[in-house]
Amino acid sequence: MDFIFEPWPWYVGGPLIAISLLLYFYFGKNFGASTNFETLCTMAGAGTLSAYFKKDWKERDFALLFVVGLIIGGYLSSVYLIPNQYIDLNPTTVNELTNIGFSNVGTQYFPDEIFGEEIYSSFKGFLILLVSGFLIGFGTRYAGGCTSGHAITGLSSLQFPSLLAVIGFFIGGVIATWCIIPSIF
Amino acid sequence: MKNSKFLVLGVFFAIVLSKSQAISWYRFYEMFKFQSFHMYGIIGGAVVISMVFMQLFKRGIIKDIHGNNIYPKQKKKGFVRTLLGGTLFGLGWGISGACAAPIFIILGFKLIPAILILIGALIGAFIYGLLSKKLPN
Repeated sequence: MDFIFEPWPWYVGGPLIAISLLLYFYFGKNFGASTNFETLCTMAGAGTLSAYFKKDWKERDFALLFVVGLIIGGYLSSVYLIPNQYIDLNPTTVNELTNIGFSNVGTQYFPDEIFGEEIYSSFKGFLILLVSGFLIGFGTRYAGGCTSGHAITGLSSLQFPSLLAVIGFFIGGVIATWCIIPSIF
Repeated sequence: MKNSKFLVLGVFFAIVLSKSQAISWYRFYEMFKFQSFHMYGIIGGAVVISMVFMQLFKRGIIKDIHGNNIYPKQKKKGFVRTLLGGTLFGLGWGISGACAAPIFIILGFKLIPAILILIGALIGAFIYGLLSKKLPN
């Protein structure tokens, strides 16, 4: 039982992600996650404002069920499966983040500086989450995929657009962590 | 229901990402700072093993549940679309530590912050939809 409650190493996580992709395709659908943002827009009535969203969301009911599963799985993990969220970070990472004002670095999955009470009390905290969400939604739809659709499905099926997209993901991620994070905290 | 297997698969995928810490803000920060192998091992491992599956799909050795051949969808081509779109997504990912599937998983951990990210993402996808014909490819 120890294995269930301990953090899983990369060589367990990586293969199990590949197995998830295999099952998704075996069940007859294309593996990915970010198209759901569009489907949710359609369900919220975006089709009345733009023809782009005039689609039958019921054709994507399988993906919506997958999303419901993600939420349930996240809840089960947080409540029952991860008794300790400690992360074995590189000491350099811990020092860097502590120096720019982060506290209790690596003692939980999500830093209080971004996911904590701040968002209720400061407009900045609120804006950080909303704007990053905007970039995620806009960027994944423009690029045509996210980490699941491009980095895993696209790269493994040797698609050139996915390589370009993943290069883009890294350009953005590096700018965010090297330049933006230190300047907003 | 015939699609309930996707719900079960969603639960499984969420547990895998949660248990291997692949939804943690710190893990992505560390990855983009090149300070740890963990996320490279996870994503690289998943890609390499998926490549084997893709070959088995291509050769028709693995077929889907209905007995049909499996063809992964071809991604839209275009330099600006993939590089610029990818970079914008990377910025959001690097700041919030969330990519698409994890946003839904994080709802189970940090409800209100994840709702904010999700609302942002839906607005982003909506604005993209409005502009999609005018944006460079």
